[in-house]
Amino acid sequence: MIKVLVPGLFTTVQDLGREGFGPLGVSPSGAADPISLRLGNRLVGNTEDAPALEMTLLGGTFCFPEGAVAALTGSEFDADLDDHPVDLWTSIEAQPGQTLRLGVTRSGARCYLCVQGGIDVKHFLGSASTHVLSGLGGLNGRPLRQGDVLKIVPTRASFRNRTIVPRVIESLSHRTVLRVTTGPQNNWFPDSSQRLFYTSAYRVAEESDRMGLRLEGRAIPSRSGREMITEGVSLGAVQIPPGGQPIILFVDQQTTGGYPKIANVISADIHRVGQLRPRDELRFERVELETARSLLREQEELLASKRFMQE
Amino acid sequence: MLTPVADGTRFQSASDQSLLVYFDQEITPEAHQRVMKLLWLLQSKPVRGIRNLHPAYTSLLVEFDALTLQQDELEAILRLYLDRIEDVRLPEPRLLEIPVCYGGHFGPDLDDLSSMHGITASQAIELHASAVYVVFFLGFVPGFAYLGGLPKALATPRLTTPRRSVPAGSVGIAGDQAGVYPFATPGGWRLIGRTPVAMFRPDRSDMSLLSVGDRVRFTPISLEQFAALEKMRT
Repeated sequence: MIKVLVPGLFTTVQDLGREGFGPLGVSPSGAADPISLRLGNRLVGNTEDAPALEMTLLGGTFCFPEGAVAALTGSEFDADLDDHPVDLWTSIEAQPGQTLRLGVTRSGARCYLCVQGGIDVKHFLGSASTHVLSGLGGLNGRPLRQGDVLKIVPTRASFRNRTIVPRVIESLSHRTVLRVTTGPQNNWFPDSSQRLFYTSAYRVAEESDRMGLRLEGRAIPSRSGREMITEGVSLGAVQIPPGGQPIILFVDQQTTGGYPKIANVISADIHRVGQLRPRDELRFERVELETARSLLREQEELLASKRFMQE
Repeated sequence: MLTPVADGTRFQSASDQSLLVYFDQEITPEAHQRVMKLLWLLQSKPVRGIRNLHPAYTSLLVEFDALTLQQDELEAILRLYLDRIEDVRLPEPRLLEIPVCYGGHFGPDLDDLSSMHGITASQAIELHASAVYVVFFLGFVPGFAYLGGLPKALATPRLTTPRRSVPAGSVGIAGDQAGVYPFATPGGWRLIGRTPVAMFRPDRSDMSLLSVGDRVRFTPISLEQFAALEKMRT
């Protein structure tokens, strides 16, 4: 059991999301930084897709009346367990009655609290992930509040001291350059707009969330006088609305959209989007589809290797 | 990466793990029929490695797992499916009636919209309730149906400033599209009424009231009928 003493700024239950419900208009949701969630779950002996808590910018305070095996992954939120500092990327054991307290982020946007067994909430369309816009999934379809009590799926596993090796964490870490492939409406943008897009720095706007990251910077003009027919949008699509400021569609995105898309963040960099904070600066770098796919393969090979974790 | 297939159908990479199949460059009933037929084929005979499908007006977005399925393999498989598309007999579409209480508090934009078109509010209601709409696709949020078939005399652009919160059940117009908000969300459609019917319920076996291809008609109801129907829901 987890008692929520302080919920944090925006804390939700997330797993790896629900896939395959596009025809119903249901977006995938799931962890904004899925790699941190997967690694956190492996640290505590869960399957990679077990539900955990995703905290945003400011963490919460959680009491474990019955104790728990837990791990924090993602960004450094200055955590302590009953006043003893807790490291990221390592499994810990909370004794019955101990309290885990997290503060403000020191690095990226999101920190994951994974517990052995996983968070026990009712699944919606095969996933525990919260989709706040529709109020579905997770704990009553909303972010956590003070006084919430979360159940943990009971397990017979015991505590094992596990740590992710630094080399792996480094290779996954924060980047200020997002790699993209060209978007389906790439040819709506003249060469001058393309140059602007790939040479300018953009800042993540305050009103960014799990649906989309709004960027501020040089406006990207598109060829005028064309009205796009709404179509399905993929995760990480970079759309350019009439004002010219790009929006990166993210995990809670709407499933269809009517703005032209100049680019799409590559799958291997999606987890990095989840760690971008408001006011962070970023640039876009164009890669070929085949490069993007081999980067994804390399990333998955790294995660599949046994050498990424020390016991 | 734009590959013509046949009959104006073409493939276009959308990302490293998704492919758009375009059937036409304008919205036509034929193009939408083909979207539904390919969707139907892919749902009845799923392809290993395809993770998600997003039908829209004239296109189908196919999301795939690039670790197990190469794009050229996927394109070859889709070509085989497309070869069979003319043989697909889609089931007869359902016709669903959605009761709507028009105007007043439920439809704050009805008067503005009517005067923009130089008609009275009751004429606008009559027009809106006279048409039979087609569900082109669901998008935006779970169960939000994009409806085609709005009478031309009612076509109105979106609000310049979207509302921060549109109540669930709100019936709206955006351009030549009609729709109903299943949840309280932000939204820029012009609101002309509200339905007491639940558009999306996770506890129902057909979660979404509407599916791609359904036909829809709106029936005007009074405030009293609205209240009675709303009571029945809970």
